[in-house]
Amino acid sequence: MTKTSLTTRQSISGLLFSLPSGLLLVTLYALPMLCLFLLAFTDYEMGNVVIKWVGFANFNQILKDPVFSRSLWNTLIYVAMVVPISIVGGLLIAVLVHARTKTRSFYEVIYFLPVTSTLIAMATVWQFLLHPKLGPINSILKLLGLPAQNFLGDPTLMIATLAAIGIWQLIGFNMILFLTGLSSIPKEIYEAAAIDGVTNPVDRFFKVTLPMLGPTTLFVLVTSSITGFKVFDTVAVLTQGRNQSEVLLYDIYLEGFTYAKMGYASVLTLVFLLIIVGLSAWQASHMDKKVHYA
Amino acid sequence: MHPNFHQKFTQVPYNMGMKSQQALKIDSVVKSYGDVRVLDSVSLEVHPGEFISLVGPSGCGKSTLLRIIAGLEAQDVGSVSIGNSSVDELMPKERDVAMVFQNYALYPHMTVQQNISLPLEMSQLSWMQRLFFVGNFFSKTKLIKDTIANDVLEICKSLGLENLLKRKPAQLSGGQRQRVALARAMIRNPAVFLMDEPLSNLDAKLRIHLRNELVELHKRLKATFVYVTHDQSEAMTMSDRIAVMDSGKILQIGTPNELYTSPDSLKVAQFIGTPQINLFELTDAKDGSHFWGSATSPLNLNKKSTAALALRPEHLIVEAHRLPTCDVQSSAVISRLEDHGSEILLHLAIDGYANELFITRIPNLGHQDGFRPGERINVGFKLDTALFFDAQGRRSV
Amino acid sequence: MTWRFVNNICLKLAAHSVLFLGGLFMVLPFIWMLVTSVRPPHEIFEGSLLPWPQEFYGWGHYQAALLNVPLVRFMLNGVLICSVILLVQICVAVPAAYALAKLHFFGDKALWIGTLAALSIPIQVTALPIYIGLATAGLLNTYFAITLPFFLSVFAIFLLRQAFKTFPDEIIHAARLDGMHEFEIIWRIVLPSYKSTLAAFAVFSVVAHWNDLYWPMIVISETRLAPPPLGMMFFANAESGSDYGALMAGATLLTMPLVLVFLLARRRFIEGLTMSGK
Repeated sequence: MTKTSLTTRQSISGLLFSLPSGLLLVTLYALPMLCLFLLAFTDYEMGNVVIKWVGFANFNQILKDPVFSRSLWNTLIYVAMVVPISIVGGLLIAVLVHARTKTRSFYEVIYFLPVTSTLIAMATVWQFLLHPKLGPINSILKLLGLPAQNFLGDPTLMIATLAAIGIWQLIGFNMILFLTGLSSIPKEIYEAAAIDGVTNPVDRFFKVTLPMLGPTTLFVLVTSSITGFKVFDTVAVLTQGRNQSEVLLYDIYLEGFTYAKMGYASVLTLVFLLIIVGLSAWQASHMDKKVHYA
Repeated sequence: MHPNFHQKFTQVPYNMGMKSQQALKIDSVVKSYGDVRVLDSVSLEVHPGEFISLVGPSGCGKSTLLRIIAGLEAQDVGSVSIGNSSVDELMPKERDVAMVFQNYALYPHMTVQQNISLPLEMSQLSWMQRLFFVGNFFSKTKLIKDTIANDVLEICKSLGLENLLKRKPAQLSGGQRQRVALARAMIRNPAVFLMDEPLSNLDAKLRIHLRNELVELHKRLKATFVYVTHDQSEAMTMSDRIAVMDSGKILQIGTPNELYTSPDSLKVAQFIGTPQINLFELTDAKDGSHFWGSATSPLNLNKKSTAALALRPEHLIVEAHRLPTCDVQSSAVISRLEDHGSEILLHLAIDGYANELFITRIPNLGHQDGFRPGERINVGFKLDTALFFDAQGRRSV
Repeated sequence: MTWRFVNNICLKLAAHSVLFLGGLFMVLPFIWMLVTSVRPPHEIFEGSLLPWPQEFYGWGHYQAALLNVPLVRFMLNGVLICSVILLVQICVAVPAAYALAKLHFFGDKALWIGTLAALSIPIQVTALPIYIGLATAGLLNTYFAITLPFFLSVFAIFLLRQAFKTFPDEIIHAARLDGMHEFEIIWRIVLPSYKSTLAAFAVFSVVAHWNDLYWPMIVISETRLAPPPLGMMFFANAESGSDYGALMAGATLLTMPLVLVFLLARRRFIEGLTMSGK
């Protein structure tokens, strides 16, 4: 077959097959990103007829905005609580479950249930559980002689409570990821370690298991962090940001879709984007270093 | 084999081999991948009903040539004709060729029956009739599908596959898969069968068995086979003609006997034949005469430029009763023996050729007592059995 | 009794206690949700701690929930939205993944790089501009608006392209030789070998979009279009925390579908949700 007609045929097929995704890529990712960058330099509000260029005014405003700094701070605290606990917890549970034989499936199901559930619905359940008067948790506290807590109203407790719910949903997910990682560690390594004198389970864990879980841990770390920064649902349903409990995404939602200050919200979104992309990039760059040959 | 098989599948006139002089013609085909020239002006004519092999070491371009014939790849320069008409502008399906791939290329999720009927479905059903589930509602679909099923069954019976129709490729052995791939090719009744190392993934015994079956099949179908292999003994035993390729060029085309006894070049001589041909560099005396190793008498050659002499193992004579017939003799030490049952191979260190071992073969008639490792014996050959090559590896006659 | 034996038992006991307590923490909300949904109102008001109702209240709460809020509508919306999204995602991603894996064409590198880049951009980032676009076009409060941003799943393209790359070229050559056009080859020859990958992705997509709150919350304000999470939020706001019985019943109904599918197809479900781990 002549070179041009065969390769042209394949080229045309390739182009046609990729056309829908290419178009969608432009309209749903490239163009919006461009708009985002441009909007950040304007004072556009939904419904405005005229768009005014304001340079770096929005960026300056961010630095002075108490709501933004509070929401960023809250988000950071939330992540700082959720990520370590859900990773360590997930790992611990995974190690324990991995060793079970008969009850393994049972525990897998139990721990994964929260992941499958609709967070909004479960958040409402948590709301009930944590209710100052009607909730069982406070009832138990009363029984123990402790004062009832306003988990979702008290500013000092709110973020921690949200973090607890976040951990509740994340542990099962991390557990599964760690289980997969644990299953891929070849048994021979443990045997070799045993010959080298590593018999104590604690030693085995820190000297063999943990290092072999390097790539998995890295992955879990990044995905948990990204999930943490994306916290929104629980805030939207349980606190609506009152009593100074805003988080980053909720702030964006308020500014952009409630107050309709698109220009300002764009800058906030860029901050959010920076964090997310930063985390992904960090993961990508560290992937090869931590890869262990099988 | 169904007696009406051939009549049933006759749609293409030139399949009977009467109407045209060539079944396949390749004219000055060139193909490069980037800077690498994989095929360098290759030309070849294949006669109808012929079994021709393309042989050569890995990377010589034979598989690429096959794919170009099939239309799966496009040549840069040159043309391909099947029958008497050029097929360069035709899609693979329109070229009336069928191909058997090295790894069989069976559709993994389809049964044997579905695999074999697919080519016919493609040619006899329109795309609407082929639509999953919906296509069955068209009127002719059922009729066509039943006819196809019958044809598939006949082909399977001729290849011994009739009990495997419902199995999937993963449930078949290597030999069975190979036969399914063959059936899929046969059912199209093509003008040319193209085979890309179809036996190289099988174990030795199965390979020999299927080799015979393929030759039988060729005789039965009287079709044109173009067969690619890197195994020269396979090509030698199966083909009517062989085309030896190396580095994108065809070195020589000929019958197995022609290639064996009369190779054009050193490369061909060394590639064809097991064990490999013995190669002797000739020492020149100042007067232009040549000596074979440390033989005392010079070779009487009327050839102009001769750098080397090659001898097939069976022409290197060591048996006492045959030595007197030799034109040239020398002395050698036996390095080791290879006992192949029916024959014995002797590895010899011949005087004047240090650091090299040469091989001779003698039939195992039970009296090789004189041949033990370490023994010194006489060796010789007849001049008319020797092949002479010049410094560029070309044969001088 | 050796020290080793006692040690082992203690360890096992400790392990089981940890697992059990943790498991309790995991399951508590579910149990409480179920229990409260069939508990009579006065028990709820008393803040009863019993993990079962003293009196079986029957389906009263469920009736209340279904009557006050169009729960069935929410779930039907969920089914519709998730199905449409999944269908479009597959139709867009499969050919593109095949082209990227097996064909050479102008712009293939650009498309691949674009896909990889878009992998780390979540909907929350592109929401703002897309919303402005839809609002300006007057397309808010439509099913189209809810589903549009998800028509392209770069994750699907990534996943399938990696999968398709492992498919032997020879088989595609054989199919071409048999006369198949590329389009037919994609769906009839290549994709059937990757049914499990597709199934796992389907789980991933359906769960993600069934549970999505952010985007629907932005483009939908009418109850009749709300998918389950948004519907739940409307419900919770409407109830403003008074009728917990009905709320729990509502939560049960909305969560049940996914949980049931999970229990029935555990392996597939887990595979799908943790796909990003592979």
